[in-house]
Amino acid sequence: MFEAIAFYLFAFLTIAMFFITVTTSQALYALTALAAGMIFISAFFFILGADFLGAVQIIVYTGAVMALYAFGMMFFDTTRDVKEKKGNKYIIVGLSTLAAILVVVIVAVPMVSQNVVALYPAIDGVGNTQEVGLVLFTKYLVPFEVAAIMLLVAMIAGIVLAGKKMDLSITLMNDAAIEEEKNKKVLS
Amino acid sequence: MEIGLTHYLVLSTILFAIGLVGVMRRKNLLLLFFATEILLNAVNVAFAAISHYYGDMTGQMFAFFVIAIAASEVAVGLGLLIVWYKRHGSIDLDALATMKG
Repeated sequence: MFEAIAFYLFAFLTIAMFFITVTTSQALYALTALAAGMIFISAFFFILGADFLGAVQIIVYTGAVMALYAFGMMFFDTTRDVKEKKGNKYIIVGLSTLAAILVVVIVAVPMVSQNVVALYPAIDGVGNTQEVGLVLFTKYLVPFEVAAIMLLVAMIAGIVLAGKKMDLSITLMNDAAIEEEKNKKVLS
Repeated sequence: MEIGLTHYLVLSTILFAIGLVGVMRRKNLLLLFFATEILLNAVNVAFAAISHYYGDMTGQMFAFFVIAIAASEVAVGLGLLIVWYKRHGSIDLDALATMKG
């Protein structure tokens, strides 16, 4: 009973937050609503018994990804209203519905055929975090290491891309130097 | 009233549809990124639900890797976006249409 109440409450909250994210014209509202939605998503993980996944969701998404977006938004002019595409609304709604139904079919077909067998079944008497560790460091060790290398590559790429001209400080330069810097083609 | 796997799959579908609508109607690249985050989260919910109802850990593992990929995607994407903004002064999709197809 409590599970049902929690499910419907968080389902409503998540849908509302994500709806605000895609419809609002203020970038800051979209960011805040998206962060709230991420935390509500983690509630589903806790309901489903995936405690470690829920904690990772909060730490990585709301802690790291949203903070990165917030810092990234400082580079952009986000105070003005966002312009929207003037497209045919019916085409957009139709295509979205079709694609979403396709996704459900893709997920549901193997279940209907009853061919799903648990490859790595849950172990009795062991907490979720321990189970995750057992499976991650035995069966998924190589993907885990590859993911680590990928994160390192992404970190270096982020530093290289965003860090250009970061050594210049406008507050420490005089007006002539700023003018000279402006006249140079940026990142040419 | 029992919450089954179907409930979670329907919820995941609704979230995925919201994300798709966002991808299609947004012009600002930053808000387009937000919509892709919604798509990834919708899929994560479906993975966790399937993992729970079939007693299999594979779904959760995939959700972890999806989160890792999302984090690196944001890092690289925001770096590219900053470079683009420094050069052109706007992050609208229309400004990106240099390859007229």
